Amino acid sequence: MSILVDKNTKVVVQGITGQEGSFHARKCLEYGTQIVAGVTPGKGGQKFDEKIPIFDTVEEAVKETEANTSLIFVPPAFAVDAIMEAADSGVNLIVCITEGIPPLDMIKAKKYVDLKGVRLIGPNCPGVISPGKSKVGIMPGDIHKEGTIGVISRSGTLTYETVAQICEVGYGQSTCVGIGGDPIIGSNFVDILKLFKEDSQTEAVVIIGEIGGTAEEEAAEFIKKEFTKPVVAFIAGQTAPPGKRMGHAGAIITGGKGTAKEKIEALESAGVYVAKSPAEIGLTLLKALKKEE
Amino acid sequence: MKVHEYQAKELFSQYGVKVPKGNVIFSIDEVEKVYNELGGGKVVVKAQIHAGGRGKAGGVKLVNNLEECIEAVKSLLGKKLVTYQTGPEGKIVRKVLIEKASNIKRELYLGMVIDRSKNSLVIMASTEGGVEIEKVAEETPEKIFKEYIEPCVGLMGFQIRRLGYKLGFEKDKLKDFSKFLNGLYKLFIEKDCSLVEINPLIETVEGEILALDAKINFDDNGLFRHPEILELRDIDEEEPAEVEASKYKLSYIKLNGNVGCMVNGAGLAMATMDIIKYAGGEPANFLDVGGGANVEAVANAFRIILSDKNVKAVLVNIFGGIVRCDRIAQGILEASKIVDINVPVVIRLQGTNADIARKMIDESGLKFYTAKGLKEAAEKAVELAKGGE
Repeated sequence: MSILVDKNTKVVVQGITGQEGSFHARKCLEYGTQIVAGVTPGKGGQKFDEKIPIFDTVEEAVKETEANTSLIFVPPAFAVDAIMEAADSGVNLIVCITEGIPPLDMIKAKKYVDLKGVRLIGPNCPGVISPGKSKVGIMPGDIHKEGTIGVISRSGTLTYETVAQICEVGYGQSTCVGIGGDPIIGSNFVDILKLFKEDSQTEAVVIIGEIGGTAEEEAAEFIKKEFTKPVVAFIAGQTAPPGKRMGHAGAIITGGKGTAKEKIEALESAGVYVAKSPAEIGLTLLKALKKEE
Repeated sequence: MKVHEYQAKELFSQYGVKVPKGNVIFSIDEVEKVYNELGGGKVVVKAQIHAGGRGKAGGVKLVNNLEECIEAVKSLLGKKLVTYQTGPEGKIVRKVLIEKASNIKRELYLGMVIDRSKNSLVIMASTEGGVEIEKVAEETPEKIFKEYIEPCVGLMGFQIRRLGYKLGFEKDKLKDFSKFLNGLYKLFIEKDCSLVEINPLIETVEGEILALDAKINFDDNGLFRHPEILELRDIDEEEPAEVEASKYKLSYIKLNGNVGCMVNGAGLAMATMDIIKYAGGEPANFLDVGGGANVEAVANAFRIILSDKNVKAVLVNIFGGIVRCDRIAQGILEASKIVDINVPVVIRLQGTNADIARKMIDESGLKFYTAKGLKEAAEKAVELAKGGE
C-alpha cells in the first residue's frame, strides 16, 4: 500500500521554472513520478522540457490535469502564499521543500491548510518517497528499495544514511517521509505514525529525531498508547550545546528543554528501540524485528 | 539573532512599552553626562552582554551617587564577565547601560514565544518575577498563566483582561497593562521575533508598569525583511570563526573538542558529532557544508575548521546522492590543493558511487584516510586526534 504517495500521485510543481524546481522536477520524472503540471505565474501556456504544461495558477493546473499533489520550490518570501494557493485549489497533499520560511508566516499557513483539510509535509524537508512507486521530493531515488520499513525524519542526509543502513541489513522502505527541520511544520511524527499504523505494507517504523521541541516526546506518548508495530529511533544532537541553533531552524535546546536525553528517555519508556550511535540504526532495526517475532 | 538589553528597550519604547529612563555608554567619559541627564540620585549600572545571569555574576550594580557610578562602570567596562550562560571563558563587557533606579512594589514575569507543539504564539505571565522562570514552571506550574494567540484574529481584549486580573493588577491599572501588552505583541509580530521576555516586569510604588529587564531574540528566517534589525547585530558578541563561516553561507558552530567535522546536512552533522563522542573523542565543531559540497564550499570549510587550533584531526562525512560521491571526492581533492591541510583527515563517503570515490582518494597520493563505515571513520579520526596531541 505505502502512504501519502504512490502510482496514482499526480504532481503539480510550483516553481517548476526555477533552478531547483526544474532540476528536481526532472529527477522526479526520471524516477517515474507522474509530474503532470508546473506552475509559474506569468509563464502559463509554456511547456517545461517540451512536455509538461505550465500554468499561471494552481487552480488551472488542477482543473486541466487532475493533479492531486503539489510539490513546492518557491523562495521563502513567497512560499507561504504558494502553500495557501495549493490548499485552496483542490490538491489533497502539499510537499514544501523551501528552507527559510519565517515561523510567524508558517503559523498562519498551518492554520490555513488545517482549515482546508489538506495535508502539508514540510517545509524545509526532503519530501516523500514510496520506493518503486513515486518520488515527490529531492532525495536521491536510487538509494531506496521497495520494502516494509516506514521512515519518518526531521532531517535530509541523515535520512539517506538511515535508508542506506536499512538496505544494508536487507530491508526496503514502504514510504520515507521527511517532515522537516523547522519549528512549525505541517505534519509531525504522530500525524505520520497514524498513517503507518493503518498501512499494511509497513511492518516497522524508523524515527529520526533531533534536539529541539517536544515532537519526539509526543510521538513516544502516541506509541505507548496505540502503536503496536516495532519502532526504532535515533535522536541527533546528543552532543549539541544548549542555546545554539544546529543548522536546522528547529534544532535548538531552549531553557534546558528539547535535549536528546529527554527524548531518548521518553522513547525508551514507550518501548521504542533507540540506537545510541548513528552507525547502529540498521542493526537496531534487525534487533527490533527479531524480538517482535 | 540576539540583541542587547539596551537595544531591546529602545524597541520597546518605539512600541509604547514603558521602560526605566536610561542610556547606554561605550566609554567612561560618557558616565557623568548620562548620570546628570538622569537627574542624579540612585541609578543602576548594567553590563551589556549577550548572556543571561548577569545579576548573580556581579554585572548589575545599584549605586547612590556619581562617584559610585563611575567606580561601578570602571569595574565592568572592558572587563570579563563570567555568568552561568557565558561558559568559563566569559564575555568582555563593551557597553554599559545606566538607568534610573525604580521603587519596586512587586516583580512579575512576562514572556512571548512560539509554542511549537501548538503551532501558535503564546504569552506566558507569572506573579513570580525576578527568578528563573524554568524553575517556577517546574515547581509551581499553577503560577504560570498562558494565553494562546489565534493568528487570524490576534491578541484579544479578553485575553489581556484575563492575564491582568490573574497577575493581580488593580482595575485602574488594566488600561496601562493593556497598552503595555498590545505594544509588545505588535513588536513581536512586526519585527519577526522568536522570543520576547521581561523578567522582571515591575509595578512601582508610584503605580507604573515597567520593563525592568528586556530580552528579544529575532528569528533568523525573518531577517530578510528587516534590514533595520540586522543593523543591531553586534559581531563582538559572536564567535569570530562563526562570523567568518556565515560570510561563506556555511553553518558552523565552534565546540570544545579536537576532532573537526565537515558534513553535508544539519542532521547528519549532528549525528557525526555524536558518533565522535561515542568513539571516545570530542567534536571540535558543527559544520554543514551544504548539499552538493562543491569545491569552494569544501575549501572554505577546511579553512574555518583548521582556524581552530585545537583541531588535531578532521572527519569528513558526506552523503552523496543527487551529487554523486565521485564528484564530491573530486571536489575534496581539488579543495585540498587550495588549502594547506596540516592535520590528518579521514574521509567517509556514503551513497551513490561510494566505492569509486574511495578508490579515487586512495590513489590520489594525498595523505587522506578513507573509511567505509561511519563507526570505523569516527574511531579512526578519534585515534588520529589522540596521536596528534
